[in-house]
Amino acid sequence: MIRLENVSKAYRIRSGPRWVFRDLNLTLERGEKIGILGRNGAGKSTLIRLIGRVEQPTSGRLLTDMSISWPLAFSGAFQQSLTGLDNLRFICRVYGSDPVEAAAKVDDFAELGRYMREPLRTYSAGMRARLGFGISLAVDFDCFLIDEIVAVGDARFQQKCHDELFVKRKDRAMILVSHNDGYIREHCDRASVLAGGSLTHFTDMDAAYDYYQAHDRE
Amino acid sequence: MSDERQDEPRTSFLRSCTIQRRVIGALLMREVITRYGRHNIGFLWLFIEPMIFTLGVTTIWGLTKATHGSDLPIAAFALTGYSSVLVWRNMPSRLVDSIEPNLSLMYHRNVRIIDIFAARLLLEGVGVATSFLVLTIIFAAVGLLQPPEDVLKVVIGWVMLAWWGTSLGMFLGALSHRSELVDKFWHPAAYLLFPLSGAGFLIDALPTKFANFILLLPMVHGVECVRDGFFGSHFVAHYDLGYMAMCNLFFTVLALAEIRHASRNLVPA
Repeated sequence: MIRLENVSKAYRIRSGPRWVFRDLNLTLERGEKIGILGRNGAGKSTLIRLIGRVEQPTSGRLLTDMSISWPLAFSGAFQQSLTGLDNLRFICRVYGSDPVEAAAKVDDFAELGRYMREPLRTYSAGMRARLGFGISLAVDFDCFLIDEIVAVGDARFQQKCHDELFVKRKDRAMILVSHNDGYIREHCDRASVLAGGSLTHFTDMDAAYDYYQAHDRE
Repeated sequence: MSDERQDEPRTSFLRSCTIQRRVIGALLMREVITRYGRHNIGFLWLFIEPMIFTLGVTTIWGLTKATHGSDLPIAAFALTGYSSVLVWRNMPSRLVDSIEPNLSLMYHRNVRIIDIFAARLLLEGVGVATSFLVLTIIFAAVGLLQPPEDVLKVVIGWVMLAWWGTSLGMFLGALSHRSELVDKFWHPAAYLLFPLSGAGFLIDALPTKFANFILLLPMVHGVECVRDGFFGSHFVAHYDLGYMAMCNLFFTVLALAEIRHASRNLVPA
């Protein structure tokens, strides 16, 4: 279970505090897959970063008894100056997984070959996404936070992500964040729309999409 | 300290400790790789570097007879003095502006500012302590100094100095996240404090008025205590570990508050 109780987040900017959202409530059970729809800048990534405990909420509580992944996104979570292998070892140590076993898995998934021993700053965006996703699969999580990362990469990468996440790990909980309803429709049990600083829950995808369209400008 | 304790009520204290140890271990390894790399002697630099510094200073002080013409063992005087400076100066220097370059690590929920500080402090402390120990053994072996008269006093003085370096370092490290001025002012401050820190003189040799002023600086008490343990029978030591502990405690509390403030406003890249 993951439960958000009246979670709010504000950032201090030059002109004073800017509230991204206020008093969000959300409950996710074990194995449940939920999509969060919102346009650019609606606060989707901020929300998922709070759930992943990357940042602290300004107010409100977050309760959970599950292990939650870090937000799998285009960037973040890795050290550019370290090699892929050193990044992998670091994460294995932090999360208590076996680095040798993980290295084999990541090698198989990411297909980086010799580049595993090169610093991340020499990687292309696609290689970085493959490595990041591969490493997250090496750690066993109850809930995966996915911030549009699966939308990048070529067809082959997308197919692999699909197999790993939605076939092999279909019993896990997931929170998917996207501005694209197609992806959420395909993979989630229900959807919530983040617009105008508040979160509205729907069990019906079409209703969620209609609401999303109607509140596109907020 | 680990976050899992906070949002998962069932995480026991013991489990939190395991996570903490794992995270600090991972950070230690990463720090060693990024700082020293895998070329030439690698992480041996950790204590070779302070050893070179201390050796150089000991040689210069020895040649110029920087002490006050007394019968003080010059090698022991220089070794204790400079090793003490390294502890309280290197720890803060390693922590100032250490949050920014490590932001991407704090993307992982169990990696907190305090873990990053702890890993760097441990490395710095172990490096300087090893340098101090190895040089003491070498100097004693070749007859440059007599083994410490009271090892316990040396250890206590050293631990107090390390505590001072830790608390000051954590405070400045967290504060530097708030303002870049900390970095600008720390370097001149450390430079100016060096001659006042008791490394290059004995309190007993100072005029009383000046000594009372100098004794306001906490690290002076630590150095005097270390020297009391080394060659206490050669001079009259002046130190008050109670006063030093109060200062250390004061800065520890300030540091924890400042870390808390920084954690709340952290935005990992």
